Amino acid sequence: MAQYDHSDDSVIVIVGSGAGGGTLANSLCRHGLKVVLLEAGSRYSPATFRNDEWFAFNQLAWLDKRTASGSWRVARDFPNLPAWICKTVGGTTVHWAGASLRLEDYEFKTKTHYSGVGGANLLDWPLTLQELQPYYSMAEDRMGVTRTNDIPGLPGNNNFKVMYNGATRVGYQTVHTGRMAINPQPRSGRAGCMQLGFCFQGCKSGAKWSTLYTEIPQAEATGRLDLRPQSMALQVRHDRNGKATGVLYVEQSGQQIFQKARIVCLAGNSIETPRLLLNSASSMFPHGLANSSGQVGRNYMRHTTGSVYAIFKQPVHMYRGTVMAGIILDEARLDPGRGFVGGFEMETISLGLPFMASFLNPGAWGRDYTRQLEQYSNMAGMWIVGEDMPQESNRVTLNHAVKDQWGLPVANVHYDDHPNDIAMRNYAYKRGAAVYEAAGAVKTIEVPPYPSTHNLGTCRMSAKPGDGVCNKWGQTHDVRNLFISDGSQFTTSGGENPTLTIVTLALRQADRIASECAKRNL
Amino acid sequence: MKRREFLQKSAIVIVGTAVVKAAPAVGANGQWSGLRKLSPAQAQTLLVMARQIYPHPKLDDACYVSTIEELDAQAAVSPQTARLIIDGVAQLQNSTGGKFDRLSPEQQTAALEAIQSTAFFQKVRSTEVVSLYNNHQVWKQFDYRGASYPFGGYLHHGFNDLKWLPNPPDSASPRG
Ligand SMILES: Cc1cc2nc3c(=O)[nH]c(=O)nc-3n(C[C@H](O)[C@H](O)[C@H](O)COP(=O)(O)OP(=O)(O)OC[C@H]3O[C@@H](n4cnc5c(N)ncnc54)[C@H](O)[C@@H]3O)c2cc1C
Ligand code: SF4
Repeated sequence: MAQYDHSDDSVIVIVGSGAGGGTLANSLCRHGLKVVLLEAGSRYSPATFRNDEWFAFNQLAWLDKRTASGSWRVARDFPNLPAWICKTVGGTTVHWAGASLRLEDYEFKTKTHYSGVGGANLLDWPLTLQELQPYYSMAEDRMGVTRTNDIPGLPGNNNFKVMYNGATRVGYQTVHTGRMAINPQPRSGRAGCMQLGFCFQGCKSGAKWSTLYTEIPQAEATGRLDLRPQSMALQVRHDRNGKATGVLYVEQSGQQIFQKARIVCLAGNSIETPRLLLNSASSMFPHGLANSSGQVGRNYMRHTTGSVYAIFKQPVHMYRGTVMAGIILDEARLDPGRGFVGGFEMETISLGLPFMASFLNPGAWGRDYTRQLEQYSNMAGMWIVGEDMPQESNRVTLNHAVKDQWGLPVANVHYDDHPNDIAMRNYAYKRGAAVYEAAGAVKTIEVPPYPSTHNLGTCRMSAKPGDGVCNKWGQTHDVRNLFISDGSQFTTSGGENPTLTIVTLALRQADRIASECAKRNL
Repeated sequence: MKRREFLQKSAIVIVGTAVVKAAPAVGANGQWSGLRKLSPAQAQTLLVMARQIYPHPKLDDACYVSTIEELDAQAAVSPQTARLIIDGVAQLQNSTGGKFDRLSPEQQTAALEAIQSTAFFQKVRSTEVVSLYNNHQVWKQFDYRGASYPFGGYLHHGFNDLKWLPNPPDSASPRG
């Protein structure tokens, strides 16, 4: 592994080692570039993961303080946990379930297609699906996505059997075990799925793609990666010409270090990336670095979500096997006739008993609630994921009244549902319940959204500098050698789980950075 | 602050249970042993309360004792938590003429409904929702097996053994 000097200003510094940062690091190293990868969390491995929900949560989740506001129920139930994401080498790709879908063509052009939706800060992406297709293909190959590259689908578990039967009985056509970045059989150095059922707790068999044991070791093998775990970026600094000069970060001991850089790339996920820019305000950039548009932190999106659980007369044991074991794709389309714009998917989900008790109805107690929990082994479950509307007032800001362990203001996440989000969620709840009733459910339960697992849009791409933070390469409009490399770039959320697109954008950005470096433009 | 406590708490559960040696226990005769801060009477009221918050007739008292153990351990190290719990128990008893433990389940539930928005109630509930459902004895009753890696996962242990619905076709769900 490489070790670069703190004063080496020829390195590229990447903040965050998850889907965006980990992938970008590997690609840049393979292009022959020198990379310092700063990661706030510690490094674990499949050997140190545990099939235990609370243990894994404490081991892997981002628990540094955050605050939440707005009318979403998460602000009431989980005021200090607006998002459920990771702080560890590999980022949230350690927790993720692996669902890997491409965005649809129309989802890149929402301003064009969703006319008449009031109160939404819609904008077309400055790029098209066509431009992204070759990179989507590369990403699917690297991640080993099922039903692409001649990789078969995964075998469905009991939870999927229930979904499949209900879905086909109500007339849905496209229902299968999904496109998953999980190996059915060993491939590319990763093992096959053992159907452990603990995808959210770190995959102990390594069947599921995570930058932790794919991109990052591959980058290390090039000899060009200097990975620094337990290194929390505090500030991006710049010179008099407005060029980024490097990153100030703090080690676990409290020691602060300034790492010089040729280029800085931010991939701290959509809450920490804007927080870092806002915490980097200076006399030249009084509203935060790269924020001349005022859009840093705005248009925060989390997808329209919710879950439907159903109780059956006979056992399901939904917790056995892959958590996202199957998908219904029929509702992922543009059809305003349903009372909303945008599409959604229904994907199986399961929680172990410990999380189920906390999330089935947060805060609930008493005999009616425990009667439901006693039906645990007869439950099936699905998660709804659909496009949500960007709104300027849904926003990550600095909460100056609350400081983290390093003395920096924490992020406040404000979210109000848009009427379109509510219409979609209510429709999806009904469809989900119909699926389970068709399979014989004796009771269906609508479950409110969990803390956000998908976080998007807070440094969005735009053709015009006034409309967003970065251009179609993720390069910030204001600071030429500063890039946004994670889900913050999304102009709009699309209706699909975002990670495949985050990886795709990172692969494309790496090629761009390498060619601009070769041309001495950077 | 509810969630914060919840999180801190769950961290303690995991680290804590391994360290605490003399765990509190309640015998068949209702005698408590091993308490560090709370009195046996306080522990007993908390146990009755815990049984009403997440009532499962099939679970015996031992399943609920881990919640009391956790509250006691926290009270032992934090005077603030100790005050919250001790005052909360006293108020609950006051509001029921000192008879809370002996009321009917319906009356106990009503007394708890009256205090459900207090910090005390939320402390007990948020501690219990983690410690009760993280208990391996409880898992057995709910037919939840927990860790599957030690036996090789569910691939050969029933991940697709559901028989009361037809199997999806191979195109939707390859047999692997
Ligand atoms: C339970 C769960 C299930 C999911 N399932 C799916 C799924 O099936 N399909 C899908 O597409 N997506 C899924 N997701 C979402 C997916 O994990 C994220 O979209 C993706 O990982 C985001 O990538 P990222 O690069 O933006 O950030 P992350 O992967 O979160 O990585 C960010 C990293 O940056 C680090 N960091 C942040 N700030 C700093 C700083 N200042 N200094 C240093 N380091 C910092 C963090 O510690 C973290 O490790 C799931 C998420 C969860 C939680
Ligand atoms: S079900 Fe498969 S992907 Fe999920 S944790 Fe188990 S082995 Fe990994």
